[in-house]
Amino acid sequence: MEILVCAKRVPDTSENEIQLNRAGNDIERDDLVYSINEADNYAVEEALQIVAKAGGSVTVVTVGGEDDEEVLRREMAMGAGHGVLISDDAFTGSDGRGIATILKAFVQKGNYDLILAGVQAEDGAAQIGGMLAAMLDYPFASLVNSIEVLDSKKLKVSREIEGGNREVNEIDLPCVLSIQTGINEPRYVGMRGIRAVASVPIPTISASDLNLGPGTVGRCAAKVKRLDYFLPVLGKGAEILHGSREENIDKVLELLEAKGGLR
Amino acid sequence: MPRIFAYIAHRDGVIDDTALEVAAAARKIDANASPVAVLAGWGSQLDAACNSLPAAFSEIWKISNEALVYPNAELVRKALVKVLPANNIVLLAHDHFGIDLAPGLSIRMNSAFVSDVVDVEAAEGAALKLVRQEFGGQISAHVHCDISSGAVITIRSGAFHATESTPVRGAVVEKSIEVGALSAGRRYLETIVAEAGDVDITKQNILVSIGRGIQEKDNVAIAEQLAEVLGAAVSCSRPVVDAKWLPKSRQVGSSGKTVKPKVYLACGISGASQHLAGIKGTFLIAINKNPKAPIFQVADVGIVDDILEFLPELTNKVRETRAVAAK
Repeated sequence: MEILVCAKRVPDTSENEIQLNRAGNDIERDDLVYSINEADNYAVEEALQIVAKAGGSVTVVTVGGEDDEEVLRREMAMGAGHGVLISDDAFTGSDGRGIATILKAFVQKGNYDLILAGVQAEDGAAQIGGMLAAMLDYPFASLVNSIEVLDSKKLKVSREIEGGNREVNEIDLPCVLSIQTGINEPRYVGMRGIRAVASVPIPTISASDLNLGPGTVGRCAAKVKRLDYFLPVLGKGAEILHGSREENIDKVLELLEAKGGLR
Repeated sequence: MPRIFAYIAHRDGVIDDTALEVAAAARKIDANASPVAVLAGWGSQLDAACNSLPAAFSEIWKISNEALVYPNAELVRKALVKVLPANNIVLLAHDHFGIDLAPGLSIRMNSAFVSDVVDVEAAEGAALKLVRQEFGGQISAHVHCDISSGAVITIRSGAFHATESTPVRGAVVEKSIEVGALSAGRRYLETIVAEAGDVDITKQNILVSIGRGIQEKDNVAIAEQLAEVLGAAVSCSRPVVDAKWLPKSRQVGSSGKTVKPKVYLACGISGASQHLAGIKGTFLIAINKNPKAPIFQVADVGIVDDILEFLPELTNKVRETRAVAAK
């Protein structure tokens, strides 16, 4: 099975506190630690596990710039056979539809049986997989939390629905699946693994390679644009306890009794 | 202003409880909107759903098709593309079905797409100014959406407050004939109900709930020890289940359990909306070392501290108090 995984490099929320910059129009990007989007990493692991059983190869693709090569290399260290960087100034400012348009053009140059994407990026909208599938006229399933290969023409997949329940579907290949976190246990990638793929060439694909003009991708074509960032006000805000730890512990115990939780 | 359509999900003849919120979002986009509800399904369950729709919609477009007995997003998309006029706004709830349906629908409707919208700040001419959240709710963003060729927008559950219904219930408009035969490359097989698990977190007075801040599997014991002395249970947010530190049956949130303990101790939980969606009517105490964690905005009481130090000391204090009382 030939599998393509669409991945994105994002600020790592387990390593950073995402904060507003001083101008108040963007997040503070100095000193941010980036990594592969968590759900995309699960998607790569799932692809590797499918290929280990059913044969084939795994290609990881990202749309971005030079800096994004590091996530491709990381996923190649995990075991993905190929990494591809799609990069062009003409792509800057693309909205979700623009990114899906770029990926569609790339998919059509290859011969993939299965396309995986993470269900959502930390800074994303849970949109690329579904858009790409509709553009390719492939079947699609989102929030996938298990995949079983039935034969060369179809898969059995389950989706995460409400209450921890799972919706089981049969889906024809080729198809697009968006992968939910927790579907597997992604393997560890050590420095040795990264070094082993450090000199493997990663091809860069440009807009002209994909015959994409400014009418369909980039800032001018985007109907959806992020204007700025701001700090949300979700609720009235907690009463923050400023006492010593000991005082705070006493207060918590008091509250546990008063609110009826503790007898 | 374009027309506004609201796709309303239903199950067993009962409409989704987000229907009024979607109607409220429609009126936030256009105060004079007469939103049209669109329901797809089959048989008596669809009829019952149409009849139970609250009076918040000017019309109810009914798509009845045997293939829609189970709401397969691909089939529903194909039906909607045939029925909905172009260049309009389509609203849906941002749940597992909306995530399945909406992005592809926007492509086929040739519309803009914005997901998981929490507010509508302005609607001027052919553009909307919408609010979304990113990075698990740590930060919000204003999003410009060009609606000149329509838009598909998914709405966060709980973000729009259902307003008063209009006095007149809209009439049902039969749209089934426009759809014709439907087939999809994906077929529903069955629903597997979640396993009950060893502890029922929905029936606890106190939950000691842990998030990413617990850092590693061995630290889960810290929460378990506290829960034990409090007569409580340990629940968690998604990252803890993803890491396989606790079973799925302990997960609180939209893809886990909905809980309503008397007191919810959120320990090292940042407060992503999917997690908060699973906490109802409780007294929420948040302990997190990041003073900017979104959980502090919704908690009743907040403590900025390291849970790995705070929780063991709290456990010891309970034990000491009990020992003194026993003397």
